[in-house]
Amino acid sequence: MSALAAAPPRPALRHRLAEHGVDRTLLLMLPGIVAIAALFCYPFVYGLGLSFQPSKGGVFGAYRSFFGDSFSSGTIATTFGLAIPSSLINVGLSVPISYRMRGDFRGKRLLLTLLVVPITLGTVLTAEGILEFFGPVGWFNLTLQKLGLVSAGAPMKLINDYWGVLFSLIISGFPFAFLLTHSYLSGIHPALEKAAATLGAGWWQRFRFVTFPLLLPGLLTTFCLTFVLGFSVFPSAMMVGDPDGKTHVISIEAYEQALQNFDYPQGCADAMIMTGLMLAVIALAMGIRALFYSGSTGGKG
Amino acid sequence: MISELKLNGISRAYGDHRALTELELTVHGGEFIALLGPSGCGKTTALNSIAGLLPLTGGSIDLDGRRIDTLPPEKRGFGMVFQNYALFPHLSVRRNVAFGLRMRKVARPEIERRVNAVLDLVRLAEHAHKLPGQLSGGQQQRVAIARAIVLEPPLVLMDEPLSNLDAALRLDMRAEIRRIHQEFGLTTLYVTHDQEEALSLADRLVVLRAGRVAQIGTPAELYESPRSAYVAAFMGYRNILELTAEVLDGTRATVAGDGVKLVGTLADERDDGPVCTVGAPVRVAIRPEDLRIAADGADVVFEAVAEIVEYHGREFQVDALTRTGQRVHLRTDERVATGDRLALTVDPRRALVFAGGGDGT
Repeated sequence: MSALAAAPPRPALRHRLAEHGVDRTLLLMLPGIVAIAALFCYPFVYGLGLSFQPSKGGVFGAYRSFFGDSFSSGTIATTFGLAIPSSLINVGLSVPISYRMRGDFRGKRLLLTLLVVPITLGTVLTAEGILEFFGPVGWFNLTLQKLGLVSAGAPMKLINDYWGVLFSLIISGFPFAFLLTHSYLSGIHPALEKAAATLGAGWWQRFRFVTFPLLLPGLLTTFCLTFVLGFSVFPSAMMVGDPDGKTHVISIEAYEQALQNFDYPQGCADAMIMTGLMLAVIALAMGIRALFYSGSTGGKG
Repeated sequence: MISELKLNGISRAYGDHRALTELELTVHGGEFIALLGPSGCGKTTALNSIAGLLPLTGGSIDLDGRRIDTLPPEKRGFGMVFQNYALFPHLSVRRNVAFGLRMRKVARPEIERRVNAVLDLVRLAEHAHKLPGQLSGGQQQRVAIARAIVLEPPLVLMDEPLSNLDAALRLDMRAEIRRIHQEFGLTTLYVTHDQEEALSLADRLVVLRAGRVAQIGTPAELYESPRSAYVAAFMGYRNILELTAEVLDGTRATVAGDGVKLVGTLADERDDGPVCTVGAPVRVAIRPEDLRIAADGADVVFEAVAEIVEYHGREFQVDALTRTGQRVHLRTDERVATGDRLALTVDPRRALVFAGGGDGT
């Protein structure tokens, strides 16, 4: 009887660990964690430390000099001026296109391929293309001339300017925005729109009151992704932009400080400011996202 | 309330595949009609076509003399209850139910009043503020019904609304649907593959087979006198024996084959169906409850060996094999053990004989 009265034996350690989700398959994460620690966490922390050790001006000297110089601090507005419109355009364009791409129609696969192909083009190739196409003697301006919309001596200035970089951000960012939106949209069960239709909602009301609210959280996530791509723009701002003027973005500022002026702490401080701003925008977007319904939408997604 | 909805030979084809072929049906106001058939028989296609979610490839639909099949779904104003309910997950129960009224720009106090009335009817008033995801299956189903009927639609279309519920809840909701249908004076078209559901709910049944109507009639008509072996199989005649007609005498037929010989009643067949002649193949349909273990002295129709015996409380459900390997189902309150040799009999009035063998209708 005494054996029965004793406390039941504790379950084996293995079972208790499994109860908390700890088992050997966790080791699968090890290579990834090592890589992230070595290639991201360490350099980040190192750079953060470096940014507080400028040659002059004390701990916050590098930050003070960034905000003290209008050419440097002006990069914030320049970068936002490129990243915000390009992300809004990318998200805005991907909504109607993916909305239409839900159904089946002839040539859908070809269209899908065309929309997604730019992913495979590097930024440099895209920049080359933009330089050729939108240049003063490129097809675009020549066509405008032929149509008599611009005079031969005064082509539209699209490259080495704000517009070239914006085009580049749209060309490289749109496929990502489209693919994400497409997948979010296919996650919304088609029966919901059918139900709305039987309840008397026309196509605009169906979109406005059913599809769009369910898609919105996905759009905010998509916005964050294309925003990050746009905010960290570097090669196209250099190649098709005006890196010393209208497209002097924050990453160029950081690059010039670190690798042209050899002021590493300043370059690191610029990069940290850039990171902080991106995180602030993402936090804002995620905060807005939390206000909306973001649970199951009934579809395959 | 509508006075009648007429389906004039509506058809729907997908390329070469004809999902629905020339469905003719007149639905009267206040009727409860069930479209019954196995999956793929075209019943959901029919419902979606009537709702306007699928364009017709033939025929027309008239509502009280007005042609409506050219209208988009939002202009038809039929209420529809979807199989997966299709509740808007981001809207509360109240807003789900109010959706149709808001789309119609009904005044706010009026919306409030009607939504409250319907929520009371489906007994969901205390859940009005919840999101659909927070409700149980049965509650979601009632929201779907409430959302469809709050508009007081001339016709309510229900697409297997009970198929996602467990057995006990299904019985409750069945009664609920019938109650709502009566209290609201609805006209309902109900799609199901469950014959019990169809028989218990509907005023009239439409049995579909491969996109065509197999039979239309009241539950009693279909249950008592199915006009084809296909409909019989759907109405609970689980034993379909393929035999040959030997003697025809009025409505009586003596049929035999495979070691079986029995007297049955010629079924009231379709006009265009095959005619029963001596020597022709026939199919005999018998309900499990009509196949009995012969008492001493009764005519033994055939013998079979009990293979599976299921205990169902008051009775046993027995699957038995005849000498030639034909499987038969019967119910009996006698105690039967696996391997027992059973002498079986059937009342001639309870064995329906259909002309035509094989896969013929």
